[in-house]
Amino acid sequence: MNEFAFENKKSARISSRLHIENRSASAFRSKKEERRYWILLTTLIALGLLASYGLLVYNNPVPVNSPSFIPVVRRRMVAIVSMAIAAICQSLSTVTFQSITNNKIITPSLLGFEALYSTIQTSTMFFFGLSTFLSFSNIGAFTFQVLAMVLMSLILYGWLLSGKYGDLQLMLLVGVIIGTGLRSLSSFMRRLLAPSEFDILQARLFGSVNNADPSYFPFVIPIVIVTAIILLSYSKKLNVLSLGKDVSTALGVKHKPGVIFGLVLVSVLMSVSTALVGPLTFYGFLVATLTYQATPTYDHRYIFPMALAIGFLVITAAYFFMYHVFNAQGVVSIIIEMFGGLIFLIVMLRKGTI
Amino acid sequence: MQKNPIYTMTGAENSQPKSYNNNKIWTKPFIIGVLVVLILGIISLFTGVYDIRGQEDGMRMFFITRVPRTIALMLTGAAMSMSGLVMQMITQNRLVESTTTGTIEWAGLGLTFVYLLFPAPTLVQRMTGAIIFSFLGTMIFFLFLRRVRLRSSLIVPIIGMMLGAVISAVSTFVGLVFKMTQNIETWFVGSFAPVQIGRYEYLWLIVIVTFLIFIYADRFTLAGLGEDMTTSLGLNYNNIVLLGTGLIAFAIGIVAAVIGNLPFLGLIVPNIVSMFRGDNLRTNLPWVCVIGMGVLTACDIISRTIIKPFEVPVSMILGTLGSMVFIMVLLRQRRSR
Repeated sequence: MNEFAFENKKSARISSRLHIENRSASAFRSKKEERRYWILLTTLIALGLLASYGLLVYNNPVPVNSPSFIPVVRRRMVAIVSMAIAAICQSLSTVTFQSITNNKIITPSLLGFEALYSTIQTSTMFFFGLSTFLSFSNIGAFTFQVLAMVLMSLILYGWLLSGKYGDLQLMLLVGVIIGTGLRSLSSFMRRLLAPSEFDILQARLFGSVNNADPSYFPFVIPIVIVTAIILLSYSKKLNVLSLGKDVSTALGVKHKPGVIFGLVLVSVLMSVSTALVGPLTFYGFLVATLTYQATPTYDHRYIFPMALAIGFLVITAAYFFMYHVFNAQGVVSIIIEMFGGLIFLIVMLRKGTI
Repeated sequence: MQKNPIYTMTGAENSQPKSYNNNKIWTKPFIIGVLVVLILGIISLFTGVYDIRGQEDGMRMFFITRVPRTIALMLTGAAMSMSGLVMQMITQNRLVESTTTGTIEWAGLGLTFVYLLFPAPTLVQRMTGAIIFSFLGTMIFFLFLRRVRLRSSLIVPIIGMMLGAVISAVSTFVGLVFKMTQNIETWFVGSFAPVQIGRYEYLWLIVIVTFLIFIYADRFTLAGLGEDMTTSLGLNYNNIVLLGTGLIAFAIGIVAAVIGNLPFLGLIVPNIVSMFRGDNLRTNLPWVCVIGMGVLTACDIISRTIIKPFEVPVSMILGTLGSMVFIMVLLRQRRSR
């Protein structure tokens, strides 16, 4: 059986049984680029670890030898873990989504996950009141939210991508429109809330690692790790899928099943991330764009680690600086979103085609 | 320069299918449509919690709230659907509208800045801010469309809505810094509930916009054919686009300041009209006007009766119904391809 190894966007070579080791092209154009990639990756990981270390111990009001030092660190540890989860989910899913849709300026958050999430949250507050809303944060409720979101995306993709007229862009647009419809529904309900209820709801709707509940972790971490491993092992196929429908079919990869499989993984990651830390629209976009700048290759085996490193660094560094340097807590996610949005504008205006 | 070159060209009339060639506006279906809208208007006049016939000051209340509200509905419905139509003509893309170009988010950003600069802004100040920002936003989007080569027309609304998300992220940031997010949310929800005498009169300015759109309709169609075509037909492309954007921004800015966000109205109405009438712009314009009025008035009547004695903001009804209609339009397009 032939195996397809895709190296460069311009030259996809078939390596058959006759494959000779030194004829196979590397994922990089030159040894120098490869070395630069590894140096950059190591530096970014180190910086990310440094930032998370800083978040853990910097400005700790309790001295190290005091018995309450450990609980403080543990509390901060929860925030770091949820940052790591958000980073893994958002960066992997955005890169995958952009490769599958063959478009570098859209993000999976377009598909209305965040609208569905805020609709679920708002309707809980709206129909059942404040006390139910506050207790609507156990494992069961969490599972329900994630399942609802994955189910919705499965129905959407299955319906719109199947059949003779299956079209990726149409699916995107329908997702966006459903999102808008849900958003107008939930914003109407929010309008009828009392200001105090509105404030509590608002706090949960803004993506924040401080909303994350550590009791979810035993449940969430395995899901995320398993999905991430599946995605990483899927990267060779993603290399082919990112060439578009015609080329990947010609290379022997079934395009539609591949796309749907990838989208399901994306929706699992997005749902977990949205349910855990709230909606983040442009964070994934920011990470993916920076990753493409830093990685001089199209091979997903190299893009994914870089995306993870950058995603983790962006979120930890943002929190570290906002907490300890600028002393501006609570607006971190909005600042990341704004930066991501501005980068989006710049990229959009500089690109020639979409 | 002749008033409308395409109609005075000899032989041009014959290039169109015969059924669309009659320029008669007052056909039977159109008269029926106008009658239906009038009936809707009368229903709207008599829908409400306050008993205007039983109470002593009923007539006064009637003229203070009901009449202004119905007029506002008619004006806004016409304005939003016409500006959607103009946007679709200029960009030659059926899926473009103030919701899908981010114009309404720009208007919201303008309102946010006005509230920042003036602690208690007047309606004129709010309108000016909304108009200026929606003009800027729409221009940015159009410029972007001209610079970029598109692979599919479906990508345009996606990009426009992402642009809108960026702008509303900026508004949220500004709002959060100055502690006014709930205010921002309230503006984005369009409702006719606060319309009463003294608070809606600026909507009459929309009549001017509607009038100008009627006059320049043919030129907008030509502008849709592209810069080279427009220039070779003897018109200044940039001027037409500027004029069109100005008119759209004017209408949307006024509506955003007085009423709020009315999603999808400008998108569904022109699409419905062209579904059963084809694309003869000149005869479609009055239809778009009338159906826009009818749809908005019907939605407002629903919004007033659905949870009586309270009322739902009309933008929620429009957003929910409109997104369904939009998806139907999309799927129809998919089938015909």
